[in-house]
Amino acid sequence: MPDTSTSTLSFREIGMTFPDGTETLSGITFDISKGEFITVVGPSGCGKSTLLKIASGLLHPTDGSVTVDKDSLGYVFQDPTLLPWRTVIGNVELLCELHNIPKEERREKALQAIDLVGLSGFEHHYPKTLSGGMKMRTSLARTLTLRPPVFLFDEPFGAVDEITREHLNERTQQLFQSEGFAGLFITHSIAEAVFMSTKVLVMSARPGKIIGAFDIPFPYPRLPEIRFSPEFAKISGEISKTLRGGADE
Amino acid sequence: MSEPSVTETQQDREKHSRIKDGSNRYRSTMLNIIPPIIFGSFVVGGWYFISYIALNENRRFLLRPPHKVLVDGFFDWSGNGGMEEILQSLWSSTKVAGIGLFFAILIGFVLATLMSQALTIEKAMFPFLVTLQAIPVLAIVPLIKFWWGSGQTSRVVVCIIISLFPIIVNTLFGLQSADRGIHDLFTLHHANRLTRLKKLMFPAALPAIFAGLRISAGLSVIGAIVGDFFFAKGEVGLGQLIKRFSADLQGEELLTAVILSAALGVVVFLIFTWIQNRVIGKWSDRSELIS
Repeated sequence: MPDTSTSTLSFREIGMTFPDGTETLSGITFDISKGEFITVVGPSGCGKSTLLKIASGLLHPTDGSVTVDKDSLGYVFQDPTLLPWRTVIGNVELLCELHNIPKEERREKALQAIDLVGLSGFEHHYPKTLSGGMKMRTSLARTLTLRPPVFLFDEPFGAVDEITREHLNERTQQLFQSEGFAGLFITHSIAEAVFMSTKVLVMSARPGKIIGAFDIPFPYPRLPEIRFSPEFAKISGEISKTLRGGADE
Repeated sequence: MSEPSVTETQQDREKHSRIKDGSNRYRSTMLNIIPPIIFGSFVVGGWYFISYIALNENRRFLLRPPHKVLVDGFFDWSGNGGMEEILQSLWSSTKVAGIGLFFAILIGFVLATLMSQALTIEKAMFPFLVTLQAIPVLAIVPLIKFWWGSGQTSRVVVCIIISLFPIIVNTLFGLQSADRGIHDLFTLHHANRLTRLKKLMFPAALPAIFAGLRISAGLSVIGAIVGDFFFAKGEVGLGQLIKRFSADLQGEELLTAVILSAALGVVVFLIFTWIQNRVIGKWSDRSELIS
């Protein structure tokens, strides 16, 4: 077990039972340190999103504890959660506004973040004129403005098409490289998990437990082509097998 | 890494939709003009039919033919029941409706905002608001008369009672319609109540607020005219005039006043539609609102 003191985010024996008696998580223990990108894959309804809500303090676990500096967290939601009445730049500036960062600095940070996600030129577009992938990139940029040392991704690319998803995966991987945050990513997609992560954790069906951990050995930056390498297929296959075993339970 | 293919398709898509918008706009303009004209012609035709064929001559006062209404109602400027008098009372009713609507909006916003802040407040007030809405105006006319007399104030009160409910309900619904995830985002970044209200709940409520305003604007005109029927002191409103024309069998003037009161209702509705499109048209994707 890694030493808690060096990790940025650590879960200890997390258990979560909702008031209606549904036991969603059980005995979840793992750590994430700077330079790590950990992805949790699991079947629908296994409590993956609940885990992120617990990490961020939106929910309190019924068992165990989380150690993290809450102000160091950036949270990318499942939906883009943009404010439809604000343009791209207005949306990206929102978090800085909530933290009372002065106007000029706010604008500068927002423009930088928009550039990082490749949305320059779309600053003054309203969300309704953007594609799903662009909305998600706006949401990413919004989180980037505060330069959080820990990123939580709650299945953010689930609703976009395959190609856009792959592009977004590549972009996320680049941001992980350039920004050096610690990442905790939630997804259904094994390919997405293996492509981006340093480590993949597999969760079982409810109550969610960690039933497998796979280190992903590919060096960064990872090129899109590695998705078709035999090694990639082999790891994906093992993860898939573990996942299936967990779902059958 | 750039995403040229994605960006290009996006631009293409926008270009296509712009071209389609052009021809669509023409078609929708035609759709908005031609059918109402055809239908309107049938209505006027039916009106003539009733005036001249269905009604015999000694009963024709029941429905004056359209051109008589135009000549004796709209184009007859002075004298008893002349356009001058009708327009004066129209202006008086417009003021009553405007003042009533203003207070209804004020009270409605305050109450809805309070209710949006705590479920207890919402639960405490809602039954009473529904009850207020359910009381027929006629039933509280005597009470209003006790408290505010028979003048303009009472007419304004009727206006407020009639137009308040849609504003409260729609504003409250709007304030509660903000996305759960965005609320979480505000929570994560320690937004206080006021910030949340100002930056999230209120803008999110705008489409619903305008839906309520458009309903209430029309109701406030109805309120002003209904109020006239019970409270006749002071300036003569359109309702008073309608009552008098009816008693005096001034059919042309009566219809003129009725048509003008309907026109007033339509105009305030259009004004609020225009304001709505100015305020939320750019970002709202509820296209049905933008007509």
